[in-house]
Amino acid sequence: MRALLLRDLRLALRAGGGFGLGLAFFLIVIVLVPFSVGPAAELLGRIAPGVLWLGALLACLLSLDRLLAVDWEDGALDLLATSPLPLEGVLAIKAVAHWITTGLPLVVAAPVFGVLLNLASPGYGVLVLSLLLGTPALSMIGAFGAALTVGIKRGGLLLSLLVLPLYVPILIFGAEAARRGAEGLDPTTPLLMLAGITGVVLALMPFAAGAVLRVNLR
Amino acid sequence: MELTVTDLAVGRGGVPVLAGVSFALAAGEVLVLRGPNGAGKTTLLRCIAGLQEPMAGQIAGAEDRIAYAAHADGLKSALTVAENLAFWAAVFGQSGIDQAMTAFDLHDLQDRRAGQLSAGQKRRLGLARLVVTDRPVWVLDEPTVSLDAASVALFADAVRAHLAAGGAALIATHIDLGLDAGVLDVAPFRARVDAVRSSDEAFL
Repeated sequence: MRALLLRDLRLALRAGGGFGLGLAFFLIVIVLVPFSVGPAAELLGRIAPGVLWLGALLACLLSLDRLLAVDWEDGALDLLATSPLPLEGVLAIKAVAHWITTGLPLVVAAPVFGVLLNLASPGYGVLVLSLLLGTPALSMIGAFGAALTVGIKRGGLLLSLLVLPLYVPILIFGAEAARRGAEGLDPTTPLLMLAGITGVVLALMPFAAGAVLRVNLR
Repeated sequence: MELTVTDLAVGRGGVPVLAGVSFALAAGEVLVLRGPNGAGKTTLLRCIAGLQEPMAGQIAGAEDRIAYAAHADGLKSALTVAENLAFWAAVFGQSGIDQAMTAFDLHDLQDRRAGQLSAGQKRRLGLARLVVTDRPVWVLDEPTVSLDAASVALFADAVRAHLAAGGAALIATHIDLGLDAGVLDVAPFRARVDAVRSSDEAFL
């Protein structure tokens, strides 16, 4: 398991691995938003939590179709399926590696990008906390979607369509927590809901993903 | 230590390909599968490796004992030869890769990226993976594709060493490896397509 995690991280960091793709996309979205909605600082500050969450979610979505496709194309997925590792564990590790290379950089960079959008000062801590709670679920649901669509050529569109509805609750509670934080309200309730969703996703999704991948490998 | 297949039927995409396949493989034995293209050798091997369910019949002694090698080698082109092998060794709970590197003459290539290897060198690396898995039954699908004569000899030696250590191998191949092998021609087991009702017929 550890070997698989280390291999995936190493592959992501080497040339062509796609590390930083999500982060760059996130940066582009956040930089372009002031140009599209105008320079009104007060308006930007008001929409900042929602835009930051939406940007993070889309950045996460961007790299999902490579999550299993590369291993499928070069045959490594078949070999992993015949290895002693349980397929559920393989998918959980893949999701963890995806989170470390995509979600975690977004969490770390979000406060900096918050400055670009004039996010109100009490909001930073809650924004980081909500992203930290929510992004692991994004990666795990993404691994499930990737397992569903593996083997389909150009399956990225189908993957997005399948995964986006499952992302909606995370987006609602995550953005709500960030908004409350920015307005100085108590964000405990949406944060707890977010933590609950992530907990359920992390507990159940590896098994769902393992089951669909087993069907897809036939 | 024996792999026993009894009255096995396998299919591809819901269409039965082979039916009634039975054989036994004891320690130290090689069985070579032969048959024309599309006869179902790959499907049979995938089924025995556990990648797909049999349509009928039993496979005994395959659970967690099979090292499978398919047409694709599962190599990561951004990793070096040694890193690729060490990864698979770690996945299978082994540590040493030296023996495998020696068996397939990979020492000179160990720091090269797998993406820079030739097709035959990649194949050798893919086959070296079998040695690091330390599994008793090798299930190999066309292992000698793109290998030159010297590499085929290396491969045959590796299979012999595996058999001498109490292993067994099931190989689909068209060439003569010079092994003392039993041969199973799959062509007589071709399934009649109308023999099994299609699964969604009841809903139509």
